[in-house]
Amino acid sequence: MYETTYHRASSVDEAAALFAKGKEAKYLAGGQTLLPVMKQRLASPSDVIDLAKIKDMVGCSGTTSGIQIKAATTHYDVSQDATVRKAIPALCALASQIGDPAVRHRGTIGGSLANNDPAADYPAAVLALNATIKTNKRTIAADDFFQGLFSTALEDGEIITAVDFPVVDKAGYAKFPHPASRFALTGVFVARMPDGDVRVAATGASQNGVMRVGPIEAALKANWSASAIDSVTISADGLLNDIHGTADYRANLIKVMAQRAVQAAG
Amino acid sequence: MSTVKLTVNGKAVSAEVEDRTLLVHLLRDHLNLTGTHVGCDTSQCGACVVHIDGQAVKSCTVLAAQAAGSSVTTIEGIAKGDELHPMQAAFRDNHGLQCGFCTPGMIMSAIDIVHRHSGQLDEATVRHELEGNICRCTGYHNIVKAVLDAAGRMKVAQAAE
Repeated sequence: MYETTYHRASSVDEAAALFAKGKEAKYLAGGQTLLPVMKQRLASPSDVIDLAKIKDMVGCSGTTSGIQIKAATTHYDVSQDATVRKAIPALCALASQIGDPAVRHRGTIGGSLANNDPAADYPAAVLALNATIKTNKRTIAADDFFQGLFSTALEDGEIITAVDFPVVDKAGYAKFPHPASRFALTGVFVARMPDGDVRVAATGASQNGVMRVGPIEAALKANWSASAIDSVTISADGLLNDIHGTADYRANLIKVMAQRAVQAAG
Repeated sequence: MSTVKLTVNGKAVSAEVEDRTLLVHLLRDHLNLTGTHVGCDTSQCGACVVHIDGQAVKSCTVLAAQAAGSSVTTIEGIAKGDELHPMQAAFRDNHGLQCGFCTPGMIMSAIDIVHRHSGQLDEATVRHELEGNICRCTGYHNIVKAVLDAAGRMKVAQAAE
């Protein structure tokens, strides 16, 4: 790891001010991606600004329209949270499948979203649930937030402070984990809104990162059942094709994971 | 350089380290607590697992500075004098190790697993929960046996307290 200067922020405003002062600063949340990348010398921030101890950035709560998860809440805490479990149990299930137990004790929802790894789990939930990302500057709709591999709508220095999830009728997540890394070879999150609208998002599959899956959304809107997906055709165009799985394999995984997600949602 | 102050195995410690220093290097190189191992150095293998404020973490993927103000427990801090921790004793009795390289991390993860499940564990849960700890010798069978054995011992020990 190259040399860096560590700062621990005690408020969001202080973190933003420290970022502005740094030459090439980076925010540090759980560090479960940033630190490995720094160790490989693929990132060399002049300053790292630790957000994890900012009290306003941690916790889950009910809101008038759903639930809110603060950005520095760890995967483990989300997986165990009673409010989240009552409102959207699929989110607890998703959080409990990220990485391994030690990683879940450190990694955070905000860090996962800001990084937007194409095989990360949370982007699928946020996109399928039509969540809203709150930052220190504005709110961003999920459909506008994810902009391709490791790319988001966040501006330089902008901090995700929380994610607002709306009430949903049904939601489920299923992933085929890579056997070594536990990242999703393909993961699919399905959600049915109270007005009957259906949103489906797949992670790990596309060359452009997390994506909506229109054909499965249409099939589930007409008939919310795993068998409704049987006749759907998923194009392999634009899907990842690597040593872990071909594009055709991933296209099929999208269907199979969507079916399992619907079964998990009930 | 920064002065990092934290509690390690119940003792207040202070060390002058570079900001880029990882927690595992603070423990091993500055505090001479070499029971915590560096295996893969990529947060896969779990040989470096310690507890921060009671939670298992991979100390190769935490900056020492991030742990400032926290309470860290390493493999050196779990026995009571000459009396092994029930998890250590169960690993010995069940032959849960061969070369021993992964063992400190295994034991620290395993204690965390027992705590999180309030001692209610079955074999499938233990195997699943150990996914972040890699052992290249044992084939895991005796490790799983040891964890299940220790879960019972820890319950008895807790009831006795």
